[in-house]
Amino acid sequence: MEAATHSHDHADVELNPASWTDSKRYAWLLGLVVPLLPFIAWALVELTGLGVFWFFGPFLVFVLFPVADLLVGMDAENPPDSIISWLEQDRYYRWCTYAFIPLQYAGLVFASWLWADGGLSTIDSLGLALTMAMVSGIAINTAHELGHKRADLEKWLSKVALAQSGYGHFFIEHNRGHHVRVATPEDPASARLGESFWAFLPRTVAGSLGSAWGLERARLARLDRSPWSIHNDILQAWAMTVALFAALTIAFGPVVLPFLLLQAVLGFSLLEVVNYLEHYGLLRQKREDGRYERCLPQHSWNSNNVASNVLLYHLQRHSDHHANPTRRYQALRHVDEAPQLPTGYAGMILLAWFPPLWRRVMDRRLVDHYGGDLSRANVQPRARRKVLARYGSAGA
Amino acid sequence: MSAWRCPGCGYVYDEAAGHPREGFPPGTPWSEVPDDWHCPDCGIYDKIDFEPGAGEDG
Repeated sequence: MEAATHSHDHADVELNPASWTDSKRYAWLLGLVVPLLPFIAWALVELTGLGVFWFFGPFLVFVLFPVADLLVGMDAENPPDSIISWLEQDRYYRWCTYAFIPLQYAGLVFASWLWADGGLSTIDSLGLALTMAMVSGIAINTAHELGHKRADLEKWLSKVALAQSGYGHFFIEHNRGHHVRVATPEDPASARLGESFWAFLPRTVAGSLGSAWGLERARLARLDRSPWSIHNDILQAWAMTVALFAALTIAFGPVVLPFLLLQAVLGFSLLEVVNYLEHYGLLRQKREDGRYERCLPQHSWNSNNVASNVLLYHLQRHSDHHANPTRRYQALRHVDEAPQLPTGYAGMILLAWFPPLWRRVMDRRLVDHYGGDLSRANVQPRARRKVLARYGSAGA
Repeated sequence: MSAWRCPGCGYVYDEAAGHPREGFPPGTPWSEVPDDWHCPDCGIYDKIDFEPGAGEDG
């Protein structure tokens, strides 16, 4: 299959599972820190008496992880090819992702109780909502890992993990929409050169929703069913969110509802800022027959920063993910041909929020990636003239 | 009955089994699957990229 797309393999080592150990094997358990965030925040507040620790979630994701990426550094190690299928069938790794989900919902119930009866000030409650938004958004990453798998159990767990953010249509759109049209102007979830995150956000939210609905409507039409049926996977997934929020509201009172809605919106916005940076400006070329070339390693931004990679189940080894979407996270490989981000996703998110900083760091990288020829980049149509004037372009 | 295989991920469309969830009941011939249908597992390959035969290795 994609044998030519990786490096750092250990072809000279004797190839059996016993001769290779996964240096990240137990590090994957750190991913479970995320669903435990409300408990950790509560414990820190109890220990220190400082309400500021209700904001521990965003502090972890946007301060500690960007710093950890800079301190811990990179890891380009790949499992040898012959180990991959063995590594994928080791069930330990999937239990690391399954365990996320019960912790996630225990945390949501705990947070709801805190909002209702925990004696929190309004600012404390907002801090806790921001912390829960980190859980919500990163749960979409867990759902992403599970939703790509063939097993019905994992697909179902994916839907469950999405209920907290109300983003149940993601697992339809991502697998059947985004992966098909990635790095083309037709994909709402692929950002364009000259498009700020704040312009991308409404486009991807509305576009992904419309696309997911269209995919599900077409599937149900083949079954002679209306899209307004219980067989619609999007409606099923959203019904989980409605049932979840209704149950928490009944159990803890209407006071929890605004916080639940806030953490959901901020949670899926966190997913969308990650979408923004994954394919920024990258474009698949059209072949002579009018179809796009297949998605290649050069169509995704990658990062080997260990801290963010452990937090996000190797999501940053994004080129290999697009080449082999059903491959399990522990087996994803670093790819030399892929364009590299200057730091991990956690730090890049901070840049994306401030478009002048983002442009300063990323646009030049993209121009270099295309050797100055921006006719090969995915450029925001409205910004085309401005972008070409700024970076000067041969052949555009 | 014949089978068609995704060249990327190894998913096999077997005419005898069809893909009921996708709207192709058992026995649906490959010719009735629309040309713009993508591999339901990987989303990388279109119907027209599929290769005949169930194949063995992934």
